[in-house]
Amino acid sequence: MATTSELIRLTAAQMADALARGEVSSVALTRAHLDRIAAVDGSRDADGVATGPGVHAFLHVSGEQALADAAAVDAARAAGEQLPPLAGVPIAVKDVMATQGLPTTCGSRILRGWVPPYDATVVANLRAARMVILGKTNMDEFAMGSSTEHSAYGPTGNPWDLTRIPGGSGGGSAAALAAFEAPLATGTDTGGSIRQPAAVTGTVGVKPTYGAVSRYGLVALASSLDQAGPCARTVLDTALLHEVMAGYDPLDSTSLTETRPDVVAAARSGDVAGLRIGVIRELHGSGDGRGWQAGVLARFDEAVEALVDAGAKVVEVSCPSFTAALGAYYLILPSEASSNLAKFDAMRYGLRVYPEGVADPTAEQVMAATRAAGFGDEVKRRIILGTYALSSGYYDAYYGSAQKVRTLIQRDFAAAFGEADVLLSPTSPTTAFPLGEKLDDPLSMYLQDVATIPANLAGVPGMSLPAGLADEDGLPVGLQILAPPNADDRLYRVGAALEAALERRWAAPLLDRIPALPEA
Amino acid sequence: MSAISREEVAHLASLARIDLSPAELDKLAGQLEVILGAVATVRQVAGDDVPATSHPMPLVNVTRPDSPCPGLTAAQALSGAPEAEDQRFRVPRILEED
Repeated sequence: MATTSELIRLTAAQMADALARGEVSSVALTRAHLDRIAAVDGSRDADGVATGPGVHAFLHVSGEQALADAAAVDAARAAGEQLPPLAGVPIAVKDVMATQGLPTTCGSRILRGWVPPYDATVVANLRAARMVILGKTNMDEFAMGSSTEHSAYGPTGNPWDLTRIPGGSGGGSAAALAAFEAPLATGTDTGGSIRQPAAVTGTVGVKPTYGAVSRYGLVALASSLDQAGPCARTVLDTALLHEVMAGYDPLDSTSLTETRPDVVAAARSGDVAGLRIGVIRELHGSGDGRGWQAGVLARFDEAVEALVDAGAKVVEVSCPSFTAALGAYYLILPSEASSNLAKFDAMRYGLRVYPEGVADPTAEQVMAATRAAGFGDEVKRRIILGTYALSSGYYDAYYGSAQKVRTLIQRDFAAAFGEADVLLSPTSPTTAFPLGEKLDDPLSMYLQDVATIPANLAGVPGMSLPAGLADEDGLPVGLQILAPPNADDRLYRVGAALEAALERRWAAPLLDRIPALPEA
Repeated sequence: MSAISREEVAHLASLARIDLSPAELDKLAGQLEVILGAVATVRQVAGDDVPATSHPMPLVNVTRPDSPCPGLTAAQALSGAPEAEDQRFRVPRILEED
């Protein structure tokens, strides 16, 4: 029998094989991960706020239900039932996804204690695949942030260095993977919330083509940008989860009906011979003065060379409108968010706060008092910004101009994909920064998303995977691969090639070099 | 673009139904000015001949056959309600006193 520390270090693909061969039970796997969570994740107070040391990746751990689900899978397997490939493999779910019977807060005080009466389609897909849900992971409130510090329940630590950010908004999912608290996790990516956390934690994350994964049952941030996707420690594991999450959903009016590419076959192939790889000039720190870290660029350049050695051809492409993407994004996102978050009105679910000193208050006064108490600073900031951008007199100048930039970015992508089969850039301009460093400087936090945002504005798929450790701080660097819409398989083909080449060079997966976590 | 005033932030907050404290108004006015200054560059990028894009893919209206299917029960729908009464959401009064 394998030990806990051996079991949690397996890849999801290895876990699935071991389960299928009867070498391990789902109960044993699930228990190993629950033990790991208990050992390193730390504790929370009665209000759900993180206290004391620990990773604090999870907002809610569903131990009993997870063990019951695992036992049911083991019983079905023992009875000779045909089971889906990932049946019995544990997974962590980002708290933006509605989970029937499990609390769903989206990192906000306004949803404290809410237990959805239904499942998001993504969650229903995980359950249909007989995967075991360990719990819900921490995130920036309503997915607004790049550090998970905007969670109402306290930040998550980066397992490489607990005093640094794990990225955001999906820092909880990425940290759970890097801390070996879960082999797989779900994420959502509106401007980089899957890819940037993957980059700074040395893990893998994919934002699929817009519409490839259902948005039904996700707490909406910006509906034209939001896309759920898989998070894992290897390219193949990411593909296996992608396959489970994706699919047409009649409950989502923007769900893709096209045939989906075979991402698992692409991840198993990793053949890049003759593939044209475009390096995006505007996202390579040349001349834009946006503070690209030297160690990030060094690891990126090495990774490009590794792909050339594997048979790919490199071209430089120019996407001049990308320099305006950040501005367009921080008008479009707050505009859509200010509208989407109007639903938190203290009437049907969530928090209700009565204003102080007001006898017999109106619904409107209760709404304003509840939203004041229930929303954090970043959420208030973006709602006000979006309300401004959509107000008469400013609409054309701000929201209208941003939508035109969106057109230019789509044209840049179309032209670049005429010259190259995939595009490459660093995922994030820097490695993980210290917790608190950018909390009082919203604009510098927004700059973290400069390389990830264009994909959301255009709906194209993107992957981040580890490119090594930066020389100056020894922290993980992420490389981003972008592909044309509905060519998600190319991400996995290139990702698998790069992962194999780099792991040969390092003689081990990058996460083998993560320092041991203290017991919390 | 002119700077955003504290009074303007207060008006936006009332439109957005968020009670902001005087300290929050001061802080937000300063931060929004910095953010708007940075994002305002979008106004110089695209000419009048560039059409607007609101969505990454062409949108078509989606309907389904109007056939009955199970939904939430009243108890499920009310399970997260701050207050409920007689199988309904109980809400504060919606009209001002006259």
